[in-house]
Amino acid sequence: MSDNHSRGSPYAPHTEAMTMAMLDAVDAESEAALFDIPDTVTFDGKFDIPERSERATRRHVEGILGRNDDLTAFMGRGHYDHYVPSVVEDLAGRSEFLTSYTQYQPEVAQGFLQALFEYQSMLVALTGLDVANCSMYDGATALGEAVTLSQRVRSISGDRVLVPDLLRDGKREVLENYAAGPGVIVDTYSTADGNVDTAALEETFDDDVAMVYAENPTVRGTIEEHLSAVGDLADAHDALFCLGSDPVALALLEAPASVGTDIVVGDASSLGIGTAYGFGLGLFVTREEYLRQVPGRLVGAATDESDRRTYTLTLQTREQHIRRERATSNICTNQAWVALRTAIHAVWLGPDGLLDLAESCVTRATDLAARVDEIRGVKAPVHDRHHFREFVAHTDQPAGAVRAGLADNGYGVHAVGDHEIQICVTETTERAVEEFIETLAEVAV
Amino acid sequence: MRYDQARWTNDEARYEPLLSEKSTTEVSTDDSPLPDDLTRDSLALPDLSEPELARHYTRLSQMNYGVESGPFPLGSCTMKYNPSFTEDLAAHPAAAVHPDQPTRTTQGTLELLFGLQDYLGRIGGMDAVSLQPPAGAAGEFAGILVAKASHEHSGEGQRSEVIVPESAHGTNFASAAMAGYDVVSLASDDDGRVDLDALEAAVGEETAALMLTNPNTLGLFERDIEAIADIVHDAGGLLYYDGANLNALLGQARPGDMGFDVMHYNVHKTFATPHGGGGPGAGPIGVTAELAPFLPSPQVERSDSGYEFVEPDHSIGKVHGFYGNWLVLVKAYAYIARLGDGGLEDASAKAVLNANYLAEQMDFEVPFEPFHHEFVASAGDRDAADVAKRMLDHGVHPPTTKWPEIVSEALMTEPTEVESRRTLEHLAEAFNAVADEDDETLAAAPESTAARRIDQVRAAREPRLSWQSLGEYTGGRTH
Repeated sequence: MSDNHSRGSPYAPHTEAMTMAMLDAVDAESEAALFDIPDTVTFDGKFDIPERSERATRRHVEGILGRNDDLTAFMGRGHYDHYVPSVVEDLAGRSEFLTSYTQYQPEVAQGFLQALFEYQSMLVALTGLDVANCSMYDGATALGEAVTLSQRVRSISGDRVLVPDLLRDGKREVLENYAAGPGVIVDTYSTADGNVDTAALEETFDDDVAMVYAENPTVRGTIEEHLSAVGDLADAHDALFCLGSDPVALALLEAPASVGTDIVVGDASSLGIGTAYGFGLGLFVTREEYLRQVPGRLVGAATDESDRRTYTLTLQTREQHIRRERATSNICTNQAWVALRTAIHAVWLGPDGLLDLAESCVTRATDLAARVDEIRGVKAPVHDRHHFREFVAHTDQPAGAVRAGLADNGYGVHAVGDHEIQICVTETTERAVEEFIETLAEVAV
Repeated sequence: MRYDQARWTNDEARYEPLLSEKSTTEVSTDDSPLPDDLTRDSLALPDLSEPELARHYTRLSQMNYGVESGPFPLGSCTMKYNPSFTEDLAAHPAAAVHPDQPTRTTQGTLELLFGLQDYLGRIGGMDAVSLQPPAGAAGEFAGILVAKASHEHSGEGQRSEVIVPESAHGTNFASAAMAGYDVVSLASDDDGRVDLDALEAAVGEETAALMLTNPNTLGLFERDIEAIADIVHDAGGLLYYDGANLNALLGQARPGDMGFDVMHYNVHKTFATPHGGGGPGAGPIGVTAELAPFLPSPQVERSDSGYEFVEPDHSIGKVHGFYGNWLVLVKAYAYIARLGDGGLEDASAKAVLNANYLAEQMDFEVPFEPFHHEFVASAGDRDAADVAKRMLDHGVHPPTTKWPEIVSEALMTEPTEVESRRTLEHLAEAFNAVADEDDETLAAAPESTAARRIDQVRAAREPRLSWQSLGEYTGGRTH
């Protein structure tokens, strides 16, 4: 195949002679004659998109991407950068995985099915809950799906869902869109010093609450200390308790099942992908009793004609292609390949490596906060809590100016208040900590 | 041609063992830097060396079939070849930016997003495009929310129904319901197209939108599309285009020119980004200028000082926590930039030619014509699911089966433009060979795949969805 094509799609193998012979075989004068499109809606214009060789396309796209600044991002707030080993790219990139479809023919798709079954199982191990699906789009849409599930399973009617005032704006907007269909009202409860304010939560809690949502770690990096209290409140009002977390945090922090959690959602792409502009992997894990109401695809064990254990998509009567408007969700295409990557990364780390990584998320954030606190014009951490990966710092200078000053010098942080910046540190940014602190000291005064 | 898929068999009860059966270690959190009451007690997970896990996943990959394994004519799914170079571009270090970075530091990302918004707008004949929905169904949901917001904005919030043809993708029904609409199902006429009289009867003051795939799931172009658009618009409704079958139309016709107000694109179908065993995809939506103010936030716009995020005036807000499936969007942009006008137009022309050529070689009847990039054959008195299982033994992935129901024992077949004449003939030989075999052979298939015929009934009746729940479930049939 030539790299310079001018006769059409470079991925269609037809020669001129082959095309003529095929047209002849189907009794058509031309390719155009095969289209049954009325003249009035036939497109006779141009897109004005030039054809390019592969080499020229790469140069073109690399040129565009190259206009991104080379920023060392000390950033998180729901999208994290952990080192992804080469073996993840190598194995997940195998074309038998990458170019396959949803496993409608399980006999020829055992490999992917087993990998997804293993992914589900690792989430069960991390959460202590019973049933994980094989992926949602991201943490925000998984939270939206949790709300619709709460509407289907709750024995007493209730149309309110409670979320913390610190919830990321984007996540809240997605949640509002999912909640609007079933007519659910999204209400806010207060937080105190970066954790759930249990007194405030109790005050707003009533029997009309279908679900309460909390995060651990929170979006401001604090480790939540009141999960059991939230679980007890949810129990007292027969509401569901939905917890947002991620696989690295789950390796160390309180197991969701032990604090009364009914659903765990979050972004599992903290493993397997690295920084990718918010490209995610929604995790969704719940209790056995809600099995029939779970959204998305489930892989289950099965047996085949040879009596051996196999795997297959199962309980599909929940899904849109069978149940249509009565399905538990509209999701069809999901994030299966990202789940594969996350699973491989988790296995590569192993339990020791995953726990080490989680512990380092605590120590790195704690250590960096202490260093940052020594800088004139900065106080850190703002919250008197334990932290995971990230923390909020108070700046005497306006946060926007500090953020801009850092960006000018090649560093990224979040501005989360008029005088508050948020800083995230992992093994991928630790190498730059000394220079970062020097720069922060210069721009923060 | 025959096919013997790799099959790693451990013993009488198992093929490749689970990770947990290879090695599991439980570690304690006693030495953690946190107080005990904030940590779990211990963690038990698989513990394999890198060589061991490399072998595990390589074996699993060998027991999996993708587009690079062989033909994959799965109807409505557009399983075309995924160019390798787009993977390299998605993995480019400059693509690894954080979503909360200031936009002046992510001008490359915004330029690519702006470029893709622009490309897709031209290809679909739409005035504005949002790239945020992370899959086709998410695009449907976003598009219907846009329609709903526009109705509410113009004081037409009472419109409570979305009309969906019976033969539509299941996601259409589910997406409309998720947006809070009642779904009205519309029967097809005898030719397999929208029945105009039935549509006239179905529309009214309650109608918010009609969702339509064109060409439809039978591969037929809705020739009355302009009349359909008039009926829906006269009733005050909007016309939604499901982009699942757009691979039939590139450069031939555009949804925007047919009267559609809102559409989604399946970039993992039409624009060749890999399906990844079920995802990720991306489902951008395109809309007319009238609906642009309601698009998800933010949109990328170009100004004198560069590219910037802008919130549409009456935005529905967000449908993804960040900006959608960015890495997939990079691949789609690269594919479109590579093919250009000529390549895109040719892709559809060859997709339609291939479908016609394949159908011509096949013995199974194709009741509805003229089809485009896909056709629905009937397995007649054979069980379509059995036909599919037997086709696996011939080294080809079978078509979509038993759907749409308007064709009995449907074999919904979409070869795409990437197959050669020789491969199409091989595919036809596989169909024809299976058609000639007896029912017992079909019922016993497949025999050369990694696993033999799987018992779906037991899997659903006794759900075992994790290795923790397996117990003694290591084979041994219960019937």
